[in-house]
Amino acid sequence: MSVTLERARPQVTDVIAMSRITKVYDTGKIRVEALKGVDLRISAGEFVAIVGPSGSGKSTLMNLVGCLDTPSAGTYLLRNKEVAGLDKNELAKIRNERVGFVFQNFNLLPQITAFENVEMPLLFGGVARKERKERVHALLAKVGLADRMEHRPTELSGGQMQRVAVARALAMNPDIVLADEPTGNLDTSSGGDVMSLFEELWKQGRTMIVITHDAALARRAGRVIEIRDGVIVSDK
Amino acid sequence: MRGANVVFNLFLSSSRLQKKRAVLTIASIAWGSVSLLLLLAFGQGLRDQLTVANRGMGDGIAVLWASETTKNWQGLPAGRSLHFLPEDSQLLRERVPLLDGAIGEFVTWGTNFTYGKKTVNAQLIGTEAAYGALRNHVPVPGGRFLNTEDINLRRRVVFLGGELAHDLFGNADPVGKQMLINAIPYTVVGVLEKRLQMGTYGGPDKNHAVIPITTFQAQIGRKYLANLVIRAADPKMMKTALEEMRKVFAAKYGFDPEDERAIRNWDTVAGQKVMRNILLGIQGFLGIIGGLTLMIGGVGVANIMYATVKERTREIGVKMALGARPAWITGPLVLEGFAYTVLGGLLGLLFSMAIIIGLGFIPTEGNEALEFLGKPTLSPAVGAIAAGILGVIGLLAAYFPARRAASIDPAQTLRYE
Repeated sequence: MSVTLERARPQVTDVIAMSRITKVYDTGKIRVEALKGVDLRISAGEFVAIVGPSGSGKSTLMNLVGCLDTPSAGTYLLRNKEVAGLDKNELAKIRNERVGFVFQNFNLLPQITAFENVEMPLLFGGVARKERKERVHALLAKVGLADRMEHRPTELSGGQMQRVAVARALAMNPDIVLADEPTGNLDTSSGGDVMSLFEELWKQGRTMIVITHDAALARRAGRVIEIRDGVIVSDK
Repeated sequence: MRGANVVFNLFLSSSRLQKKRAVLTIASIAWGSVSLLLLLAFGQGLRDQLTVANRGMGDGIAVLWASETTKNWQGLPAGRSLHFLPEDSQLLRERVPLLDGAIGEFVTWGTNFTYGKKTVNAQLIGTEAAYGALRNHVPVPGGRFLNTEDINLRRRVVFLGGELAHDLFGNADPVGKQMLINAIPYTVVGVLEKRLQMGTYGGPDKNHAVIPITTFQAQIGRKYLANLVIRAADPKMMKTALEEMRKVFAAKYGFDPEDERAIRNWDTVAGQKVMRNILLGIQGFLGIIGGLTLMIGGVGVANIMYATVKERTREIGVKMALGARPAWITGPLVLEGFAYTVLGGLLGLLFSMAIIIGLGFIPTEGNEALEFLGKPTLSPAVGAIAAGILGVIGLLAAYFPARRAASIDPAQTLRYE
């Protein structure tokens, strides 16, 4: 607890500044306190792994960081902008422009091609057709799938799907790449590929936040935050 | 503007995924539209035909019969018989300015009409030239109705009802031919054109013959008119005109002006009003039945949209995570629901038009039920009503599923597999 409090000093380069964040799920019958006062600061260019057992509040934290959900209490500054109190459209805009998501189960849309999947955030971001095309081509080339552009997700391997998902996460050139168990559904070698890709992105100056059970992946991160029962128990 | 562009793009990419479903949904809407349109069209046709038939006897007229007094008046007892005299039509025209027509009719039954070897027994009317316009006696082209000259010169000319003419002359053209009425020669000047006629007094017009009133008086020799036919210049003033008429006759024939039963009348204006309302009711009822059928189609659309939303829950969650606004999720769904409805409606319209045009080839001649029912009409009003109902159903069918989609919590859908 003392460790997290010590880190709560504001810094100008903070991408994420959370203080005293709580999240309560109240269904009426059951009241679950998923996060109990989390203070978290992540600077630009950090590679952070968030580890912890199931039910510890990792995913809740990730949803809050990614603006998929809003905290019950506490303040969250994303690039010095308060997130609490934003409406659904403003949150959508933040997710589109500031955060790139990579999921354990890839979450690619199965009916459309790799190209169209990567194009989706650009469509939401209002990028013109010509530029969309150029950017999608560049992104898919970057993850090594220039020749799989017109393939549907079902025609790709797990590793290839996750690389499409990474390309999609990068489409709007976000501040943060947020990955939830990105290697959880992959074999060792594909997982290694994705991890190498993450390291490369980190070296290019992106802020990477990875939620993982995978000790190997966590070791590659410069900073490991352990969360348990809704509080951060270690940060090193 | 950008939002609309995004919505449209998403709509295009999602709608091509569900072809079989889309076809079935569109078919159900089309089916509903066909039943709605046909029911409304038949209702409209029935209404039009009945309105025409109602006016067949004459538009906005009233028929008057002199009856018996029912009240004591200035020492005269109730129960006196009253009779119209030929000059009473002239009297009404002069004394009741609300009227734009008043004519008397002599009527005799059991008159023999002979042409060649054929003799037919029918009703004979003696009246004035204005009767033609008032009682809708339109001649078949090639002939004419009686004119004032016929009246003034007491010509022996006759205007025949269509069926009577056919009975006597077969398919030959009677105009200009000589025939006998009670063994006295007459020249046929015109034949009544075929028309729908609902109301009659003394039989349908197609079965009677009309001769000049002056000729009638000379040949048949009646003293009293059978009845008078009047028309108000403004149909709304008919009631007032009838009251004024009664006062005029009360003064002339000496009865209580309050004695409403001394002169009986048949006011077709009032009758038509009742009829119009009944017909509107019938059409409304048919519309409701059609609307309910269409509603089933609407439920189909709502159902498929619900299923779509449910199936795409994760997809919707992903899109939201990637930065889609709620409106960009609901927009394509609403568009999709609406596209189904509009396409179905258009298909239904085409089918209905085909059916109605097809029905036009079925001969209705001689079949009275078909004469009234066999003319479904797709009027602009019918189209507007159908489009309105379709629009409402489309909106409702799209709104609820879309609302459900918008309430999807992306965090919830993405958390678990």
